[in-house]
Amino acid sequence: MYAFDFVKAASVEEAVSALASGEAQALGGGQTLIPTLKARLADPGTLISLAHIDSLKFVRAGDGMVEIGGGTTHATVAAETAQTYPGLADLAGRIGDPSVRNRGTIGGSLANNDPSACYPAAALGSGATIVTNSREIAADDFFEGMFATSLEEGEIVTAVKFPIPEKSHYEKMAQPASRFPLVAVFVAKFADGVRVAVTGASNDGVFRWAEAEKALSADFSVAAVQELKHSDDDMIADLHGTAAYRAHLIGVMTRRAVAQMV
Amino acid sequence: MAQGSLIGQSLPRVEDDRLLDGAGCYIDDVALPGMMHMAILRSSDAHGRITALDCSAARLVPGVIDVFTAEDWPQDMPVIPMRLIPLESSVPFLQRPLAQGKVRYVGEPVAVVVARDRRTAEDALEFLELEIEALPPVVTRDQALAATGDALMVPEVGTNISAQYQIGRGDIEDAFARADVTLKKTFQSHRHTAVPLETRGTIAVFDIAAGKLTIHGASKVTFFNRAELAKAFNLRNDQVDLITSDIGGGFGVRGELYPEYYLAAEASRRTGRPVKWIEDRREHFAATNHSRDVDCELEIAALKDGTILGMRGQVRADMGAYIRTNGNVVPAKAGQFLPGPYRVPAFACEVLALVTNKTPVGTYRGPGRIEANFFRERMLDCLADELGMDPAALRMKNLLGAAEMPFDTGDLLPNAQKVVFDSGDYPATFRKLLDECDWDAPAQVHSDGRLHAMGLACFNESSGGGLYENARISVAASGQITVSTGSSSMGQGVETAIRQICADALSMAPERITVALSSTTLLSDGVGSFHSRSTVMAGSAVGQAAAELLDQARGEAGRRLNAAPAELDYSDGVFRVMGQSDRSIRLSDLSAMLSDQGGLDVESRYEQAPLGFSFGAHAAHVAIDPGTGDIEVLDYWVVEDVGRVLNPALVEGQTIGGVVQGLGDALYGELVYDDMGQLLTASFADYLLPTSTEVPDIRAVATGDYPSPHNPYGFKGAGEGGIVAVAAAVGNAIARAIGPAGDAICQTPFHPEKILTLLHAAKKGKQ
Ligand SMILES: Cc1cc2nc3c(=O)[nH]c(=O)nc-3n(C[C@H](O)[C@H](O)[C@H](O)COP(=O)(O)OP(=O)(O)OC[C@H]3O[C@@H](n4cnc5c(N)ncnc54)[C@H](O)[C@@H]3O)c2cc1C
Repeated sequence: MYAFDFVKAASVEEAVSALASGEAQALGGGQTLIPTLKARLADPGTLISLAHIDSLKFVRAGDGMVEIGGGTTHATVAAETAQTYPGLADLAGRIGDPSVRNRGTIGGSLANNDPSACYPAAALGSGATIVTNSREIAADDFFEGMFATSLEEGEIVTAVKFPIPEKSHYEKMAQPASRFPLVAVFVAKFADGVRVAVTGASNDGVFRWAEAEKALSADFSVAAVQELKHSDDDMIADLHGTAAYRAHLIGVMTRRAVAQMV
Repeated sequence: MAQGSLIGQSLPRVEDDRLLDGAGCYIDDVALPGMMHMAILRSSDAHGRITALDCSAARLVPGVIDVFTAEDWPQDMPVIPMRLIPLESSVPFLQRPLAQGKVRYVGEPVAVVVARDRRTAEDALEFLELEIEALPPVVTRDQALAATGDALMVPEVGTNISAQYQIGRGDIEDAFARADVTLKKTFQSHRHTAVPLETRGTIAVFDIAAGKLTIHGASKVTFFNRAELAKAFNLRNDQVDLITSDIGGGFGVRGELYPEYYLAAEASRRTGRPVKWIEDRREHFAATNHSRDVDCELEIAALKDGTILGMRGQVRADMGAYIRTNGNVVPAKAGQFLPGPYRVPAFACEVLALVTNKTPVGTYRGPGRIEANFFRERMLDCLADELGMDPAALRMKNLLGAAEMPFDTGDLLPNAQKVVFDSGDYPATFRKLLDECDWDAPAQVHSDGRLHAMGLACFNESSGGGLYENARISVAASGQITVSTGSSSMGQGVETAIRQICADALSMAPERITVALSSTTLLSDGVGSFHSRSTVMAGSAVGQAAAELLDQARGEAGRRLNAAPAELDYSDGVFRVMGQSDRSIRLSDLSAMLSDQGGLDVESRYEQAPLGFSFGAHAAHVAIDPGTGDIEVLDYWVVEDVGRVLNPALVEGQTIGGVVQGLGDALYGELVYDDMGQLLTASFADYLLPTSTEVPDIRAVATGDYPSPHNPYGFKGAGEGGIVAVAAAVGNAIARAIGPAGDAICQTPFHPEKILTLLHAAKKGKQ
């Protein structure tokens, strides 16, 4: 770890103004950033902790939506959306392990946009809206490839608005130990169609599987996607799986998710 | 309390209160006045010539007090010796504390920075300017064999073969000539290592004025390490102290004489300050011994009825860039244990050790055994398939029986040391496993859509290596007894075991006994903790020291009580004249009376007898997801005869822990290198470990039916039985689950994608 200064922000405004100085970086639950610092892979001059900003911690439901504060932990989301949006609660409750879930935040996860993270699949799969200190961004415009988002320098995720689907399911092939998905698929069925978001698979990060969405919107059944195969172009190939394996898993996870929903 | 009454009791672990309450004292808990911190510049190239190393900028970093490289070492840098199975041909490949002229693996120490804190030291590492001219990296066994010129680790030697020899017994040609069936396969056991929760660490204090070097954070083999460090720094043994602390897991990799001990000592000598070094996790993956990484071409010859006539093959170990203190243990044991607990009348094997541009290899729980058991037990299942036989029946037919004990295994070690299996009835113990796991019951039909099967594996396992062990027992006037041995505690329960044996031998309550292990200040000599030896060797030494102490005390008590020693009864720390309970004297009083001679204080050396061999068997129930290849181990059974059982709960704990560790090794953890010799798995994101959620239901049964005739208690080792056959049993279960495609399960680790590929290939083949 390099040396850094530490600021505990008391409000979003304070955090935003502290982040305006070039070398500063926001700290959410630290479940990604702290290991990165320990490995000397990041060298922020100042860390601005968001953990004490109460206005970032809430879960509100109403009008067919769930709105979650950007500083809300995975554990809180799992507990407080269980009734209103069970597919999301289930996803949050299976991120990492209890210590990760009790610290890691939804804002941190979305801002980080790890190509294997869970929340981006829920946000994209639900057609969520990401709310920041300065604007609202549709999930379809938010994710811009591996570890890249449309957030500006110093912009903070203050909330996420999830439209609640009729049904949803998150099917994840979890890595042993970390529980990060090797490949996972979030399927959400709305009155006006089906969205299928895939994480863990692509070099471009989370994405929507258009063919599956089309097939399922026309006929919501396992049979509709039985023969669908995703191409292995641009799939992640690493120690844990080849591109072909990941492409294969996209099909398997999609079918299993649908099977849980019909 | 009668002697012998504590042996076999599940006394609770004495170390647990301290360790579980957070009251343990690990090396990073130790801070000394004026202490500095050391960080090590490690090579990021696998193979290359050091063309420049400029330390001037690093020296100027505020807070840095010293920087040194190989060139700064006052005399010739010491060579780190081989402690076990040293072969002449390995000598040119020994390591020195710092790279000299060349780097040979990613992670090799090149320079040292000493600073007021660790962060400053690490900051300064980035100011060291190291230039390396790349040499061709050797990362596979085949490349090692083909290497010439610049690809040789030590060009003057002319080869990357660091050891090569032949072992065997019986007439191998005849066996293969008579066979009805022969099978030939190539197996591989992957590179992985122990991952203790606590990484390595040390504090060196070199007091030049007093002529004293103290190394804190020592473990495993303190006396050997003391002697070598003394030599390296021109000191006498009594000028060097190695002090142990609590250890967060040993598993064979901790406590060996690594370069960092020399570096911390030299850093302290140069700066006159205590110097601490704590390994970080990334360093651990590149700097601590790796293990396994052995392949084997194996051929088996058998009769139609399953009688094994012979086995022949070649074992090739990738040793990494240098031969370290464990010498040739890994390849030697992989060869020695290949025939295993079976009759195998004819056996021939070539053992090859090869050096490559990877982290050096050392011993990790079950060295060589895990490999050999996997190769042989997979081969036996393939043979059973070939013969259409039940794998259990095939094993039963060939296991060594009680009538064949002791069994001379022939010349299976390079130094022609004779190895004889001491006792056991292997089929009888194997039968117990088959009953435990209900092997003969009709296969259950599982309706969860997965492919289910069970797999078996047998092994035997030597214990009690190392030439001798010392134990010292002293009695305080307060009545408190202190016992010390050369074997050290790594959390494996040896404190409990030693206390239990000592309490038993002195027939007194365990609470009166304090255990303090293996600091070189506690006894005059000792050997250490490895090779499932602590209970066998240190335990026997404690029994012997207690007997000597009671003998001496009895004579003294007789004099004080005016009675002949034979007229005295002894129990619970008190000598009584028989039939006259008012004429008595306590051990503590005797010790106080003898205070001018140092009280009652006995150190005794127990000399090694032939090794004891435990026998055991594993069974695994796995389920394979045909859509993803995912592997789940649902149930696991181990039955092991460990000779006389000292403490059943300890044995069960060791076995269960061993199984979990073995599952992690067989299914998850792998040290992967790319073709440039870069280590790709240097964090827990890539080197996966099993967590509680991956642990199946494990049933561990320890039997004590066949005590070893070679030590007074009849103990055999129990530290490795849980791990040594996991890859074998799980591999066999997976192979059976996926049917004919399973024939190709010849390499660890078992990854879902590999299984799925085999399943798909088999389906294609059928179409
Ligand atoms: C062992 C382990 C297992 C894990 N398993 C999973 C898993 O199964 N699935 C999964 O999805 N994730 C997993 N994670 C990651 C975890 O969910 C992280 O918590 C999450 O990715 C980051 O959230 P954080 O609040 O910890 O962010 P931090 O680590 O604090 O920050 C991450 C990044 O986001 C930025 N940031 C933080 N908060 C905000 C904000 N409100 N607005 C804008 N930028 C912000 C930071 O500056 C930083 O760049 C795992 C992590 C660990 C350590």
